[in-house]
Amino acid sequence: MILTLIIGIIVIVSEFIPHPPFGRLTQTFESWFLIIFGFAIILGQISLVQVNLNKISRREENWIYHLIGLISLFVMVVFGLLWGTLETGGLLGQGESIQAAIGTKPFDYLFDNVYIPLSATMFSLLAFFIASAAYRAFIIRSFESNLLMITAVIVIIGRTSFGSFLTGWLPERFSFFHIPLLTDYIMEFPNTAAQRAILISAALGVIGSSLRIILGIERSYLGSDK
Amino acid sequence: MKRCFLLFALAVFGFSAFAADIFNILDKPWDEGTELLIKWDLSSVIDSIHISRADSAGVLGIVHVSRDAKGEFTEGKLQPDTTYVYSLIAFLRSPKTSDHVYLSKTDGSALIVTSRQFTNLPDTLKTTLTIDSSPKYVSILKAEGFPTRDWFNRKKLPLLFLLLVLSTGILVFIVLAHRGTDLFIRRINGLDAMDEAIGRATEKGKPILFVPGIGELDDIQTIASLSILSHLAYKAAEYNTNLIVPCKTSMVLSAAREVVKESYLRAGRPDAFRNEQVFYLTDDQFGYVAGIDGIMIREEPAANFFLGTFYAESLILAETGFGTGAIQTAGTAQAHQLPFFVVSCDYTLIGEELYAASAYLSRDPQQLGSLKGCDFGKIVLISMIVIGVIFEISGSTWFTSMLNMVE
Repeated sequence: MILTLIIGIIVIVSEFIPHPPFGRLTQTFESWFLIIFGFAIILGQISLVQVNLNKISRREENWIYHLIGLISLFVMVVFGLLWGTLETGGLLGQGESIQAAIGTKPFDYLFDNVYIPLSATMFSLLAFFIASAAYRAFIIRSFESNLLMITAVIVIIGRTSFGSFLTGWLPERFSFFHIPLLTDYIMEFPNTAAQRAILISAALGVIGSSLRIILGIERSYLGSDK
Repeated sequence: MKRCFLLFALAVFGFSAFAADIFNILDKPWDEGTELLIKWDLSSVIDSIHISRADSAGVLGIVHVSRDAKGEFTEGKLQPDTTYVYSLIAFLRSPKTSDHVYLSKTDGSALIVTSRQFTNLPDTLKTTLTIDSSPKYVSILKAEGFPTRDWFNRKKLPLLFLLLVLSTGILVFIVLAHRGTDLFIRRINGLDAMDEAIGRATEKGKPILFVPGIGELDDIQTIASLSILSHLAYKAAEYNTNLIVPCKTSMVLSAAREVVKESYLRAGRPDAFRNEQVFYLTDDQFGYVAGIDGIMIREEPAANFFLGTFYAESLILAETGFGTGAIQTAGTAQAHQLPFFVVSCDYTLIGEELYAASAYLSRDPQQLGSLKGCDFGKIVLISMIVIGVIFEISGSTWFTSMLNMVE
């Protein structure tokens, strides 16, 4: 906790003092963090292998997927070590013969043709989940929910060309009710105001939380209140 | 003797009758070493001046143009502790030859090189340049500048003042709480429902899932999340409920494992803790959420807690958990993800409530005092906003320009 106090005060002070050594302290600490992070990666990999091996050895339900996961991990590590990735060579060089056969290095091939599509698949689930969440959220029940519903309809329609089509005929003096302009107004003013209010309160929470941690008042993140 | 004195006086008078041109480069005081103050005071009648800075090859590039014989200019975005050579070229109104060649580039910018440099330029470059013969007379002054980092960056003075005010307020309330002053803290439903969620999981015989977010350990939201995990793990140990904590980064894994282990120890159940409860999944964002979704569908936890930093994966997590019928509590300071959590979760900790959670759960007077201090900070900021709006409406901008000093 003494270390937390000293480092915390130094980092705060260095924010206002550009003169060396304070001006470079934050970058120095960040470099130290990256070095420690590099070693900590090993801990994560050990945990991953242990958990999956335990499930495989006990033949738990769906253990085959844990085996596939481990095999995938080792295959990528081996390919990366042996032939490298992109311009970086591996232990066996750049793997020109393999590149001639499949067009790219094995690691990059699996990354581009397996990992990227899988990642995109997970990301694409958002479209369906947004629809289901919106279906549940937009219910006309109370004044606030009515307001939410009306605002949501205006913003959804305003973001499409249908919104321009619906109210494009309005004369200039009623242009405020043009749905795309109404949408922009809602996003620029009420929405931004609410987000800023949340950000301000969150920033104050960060200051309070940081002070508690620096002064040693809060120690539960270490696992103990005493 | 008298004759020598008279000659000396005449020489001094002669020099003082013709005021010298002044061209100075000064380090901007109280900054972070990225600005230089360029001052000039020319005695002659000028048409215009060009101030140029030499690059590493010695080629001058114009940084400022003026028609004033006297003035100053601040150049920023410089590298600290580096010598910069400046040249002031004054275009006067009487003819004189010059050793410099004044060139115009096709993009409209100007370049000034010596005659020798011009001779050595490659022909392909010369064809893109036009010699500008319009200046009748060029007077050149040179000076050097050396920006240095100072002991205080004055542009951050408003920030320092605000930080001191807010910190003092928080410390005052901590001291008041320590002395036993009763401080009212409003209820936070999401935190009050934590016990209910754990009880429900215990009754159903199902595990509790705690997701500490995708932030690194240096993210304050992750620290706040681990603080809540400490309380949650203590309760889970007391009720003998299984706790699952998948982590995205190794550093968070190490910290979370220690937190849970210590909590089980405090609850008197060290034997119940297993290392497999807190495990590493993957560093990849969507790989992490895919793994957690798999855990939710296979293990069917009765209570899900999503507390920490979340981005695009927030809705995937919350909707999948909603589909399994679990009671869900989420908390993040990411304003863009809060709507997704509000829609899909039973309880949501919004922004500051996440940071207040540890103090709220522990009921420690000193920690609760800091929450009141944050409320004091809100009053200060609201007052500043109102004052700023009044000043702006009345046409006075000094208040907002003072706050705009901060970069």
